[in-house]
Amino acid sequence: MKDWRYWLAEQRGTLLAFGIFIVMFAIYSANHPAGFTANVVQTAANKGVLLAFVAMAQTLVVITAGIDLSVGMIFTLTNCMASWLVIGTGLETAFGVLVVLGTGLLCGAVNGAIVIYGRLQPIVATIATGAVFFGLALLLRPVPGGSVNEDLADFLTGRFFGVVPASFVALLVIVLVVWVPFSRSEFGRAAYAAGSSETAAYMSGVPIRRGKFLAYTLAGLLAAIGGLFVTFFTYTGEAAYASGNAYTLFSIAAVVLGGVSLFGGKGSAIGAIFGALAFRTIGDLLFVFDFDPLWQPLFQGVILLIAVSLGAFALFRVRNRLEWFL
Amino acid sequence: MSETTLGGIAGRMPKFLRRADPAVITAFACIVILLLLGSLYSRSFLSPEYLLQQLKVASFLGVIATGMMLVILLGQIDLSVPWSVATGAMMACAAAAYGSVGVALAIPFGVLCGVAIGLVNGIGVAYLRIPSMIITLATNAVAQGLMVVYTGGFSPQDSATSAMRYLATGFTIPGVPNAVIIWALIGAATVFVLTRTSFGRAVYGIGNRERAAYLSGIDTRRIVLIAFAVSGGLSAFGGVLLAGYASKAAQSMGDAYLLPSIAAVVLGGTSILGGRGSYLGTVAGVILITLLQSILSVMQMPEAGRQIIYGVVIVAMLLLYGRAPASR
Repeated sequence: MKDWRYWLAEQRGTLLAFGIFIVMFAIYSANHPAGFTANVVQTAANKGVLLAFVAMAQTLVVITAGIDLSVGMIFTLTNCMASWLVIGTGLETAFGVLVVLGTGLLCGAVNGAIVIYGRLQPIVATIATGAVFFGLALLLRPVPGGSVNEDLADFLTGRFFGVVPASFVALLVIVLVVWVPFSRSEFGRAAYAAGSSETAAYMSGVPIRRGKFLAYTLAGLLAAIGGLFVTFFTYTGEAAYASGNAYTLFSIAAVVLGGVSLFGGKGSAIGAIFGALAFRTIGDLLFVFDFDPLWQPLFQGVILLIAVSLGAFALFRVRNRLEWFL
Repeated sequence: MSETTLGGIAGRMPKFLRRADPAVITAFACIVILLLLGSLYSRSFLSPEYLLQQLKVASFLGVIATGMMLVILLGQIDLSVPWSVATGAMMACAAAAYGSVGVALAIPFGVLCGVAIGLVNGIGVAYLRIPSMIITLATNAVAQGLMVVYTGGFSPQDSATSAMRYLATGFTIPGVPNAVIIWALIGAATVFVLTRTSFGRAVYGIGNRERAAYLSGIDTRRIVLIAFAVSGGLSAFGGVLLAGYASKAAQSMGDAYLLPSIAAVVLGGTSILGGRGSYLGTVAGVILITLLQSILSVMQMPEAGRQIIYGVVIVAMLLLYGRAPASR
């Protein structure tokens, strides 16, 4: 095979997600009453970017063949925290942002430590830590409220030069600062290797434990960035169980749409970002076609169901029935 | 297997203790400790009325955890519990709106809706080979969507029928709540199925190694499908009982049952990887979780604190005896 074919095979999921997103967004903006304007793009970007951050977080963990069912709760916890801390003078705001991001890192590190060094199953461990994070969020915000530094919030949710949505630029920066260095580092490769075959990776002396730990920790950081941004959009903090759960669920949908394999070792955060944007756009399609908003949860659920069932097509390529059972 | 882990001490212990799973013993020991701690706080913790009341509350979780245990024994997980519970409850109450036939069929209809959710899960896991964690999350979302559409369009009938109330709160035998009898019956049936039938053997076999079970002639996919359908049905039945207990159905009534049902099964010594575990352990886990909840609420712990303690206790217990073997 030529080099570009390898590249294409590896990026197929990402390109597919990109394609789905472009088609969906074209349908969306063509039928939007306001048309394809900077305003429409800004609103769509702001909604999509939130999910994109959480989906990136989920990707990091899914690549290691794990799953993090607490991302939505880290998101909620950091949202509540930001509504207390990210306020006041420039220095105070900066301090608040650092504390919020640090909390995210810590939450991720706790997950990682329990899963890797405690050797617990990721599903159960992260459901349990998710309960703890949600409890902490409730402690911080028993009732919705709080506020945020509005200058910073407006700056990061507005537009640069009147066209480019600022939240989108922020997403790009985070990709360049967090995802690209990670995926190219030794630990990033270790995370991929651990996901595709932990035994083989262990035998070849890959630092799988540190790779996985870093993946869980950075996942916490990315979820916290998402939590920070939701505070910028809403100006408040709210400890809502349903919303935290929904973000966890949607992050999995986005990851699947983005071509990341749930069995680990395959996919990229870029794909998950387009998966997240596509998922949000599909959900919003209902509004431009004037459906009752009541149908949205059902519609999103059905999309998720279809997306995860698509993976089953690989079964038709299985020649040996024993390969059904991993 | 416990003989080897307990080593030399086991030789001097009575036979029933030697055969018991250390996890089950730990769980029962924790129950005793919780009761003692509770009795220090208030004398009424050891009164028969209080204990019976706890058993009644535990039976709802017990019914739901039974289904969860079947699925976990297979090495899978059912995350569609919250909305299976809510769907069962809401559909049973909804059926009651259609005259006397509806009232008579309310409970079977609610359970059937849960079985339907379970069948979708089972087809996804067994035949499409989708990871159970993912497909059950998806069906949970679809069930939620269906219920939102159902309740949003018009004001639904949401009060429980008298039969549902009788099952959850009535007394057939004086002094023993019906809910406890139902849990005992379901538990006895589960023990029988798991230990005395080929289905039960197959469940343990698949949990240990599905490939080997398949090669020994078991139709593993059918067994998995049935187990998920039973789990969905039991979740919905738990929802029906809860609706009877609260005399109405509510949208978020199932949310509080996902983590406790998994926790109860895992704390009772059932391996989350499947293939190992006893129903006695699940009973212990259910009672343990219910007592913990009850003590926290008696101490007037706010919701936030309860969530934190819950999560911490589950992680701590799992670290004690739910760890995977070291990789090397």
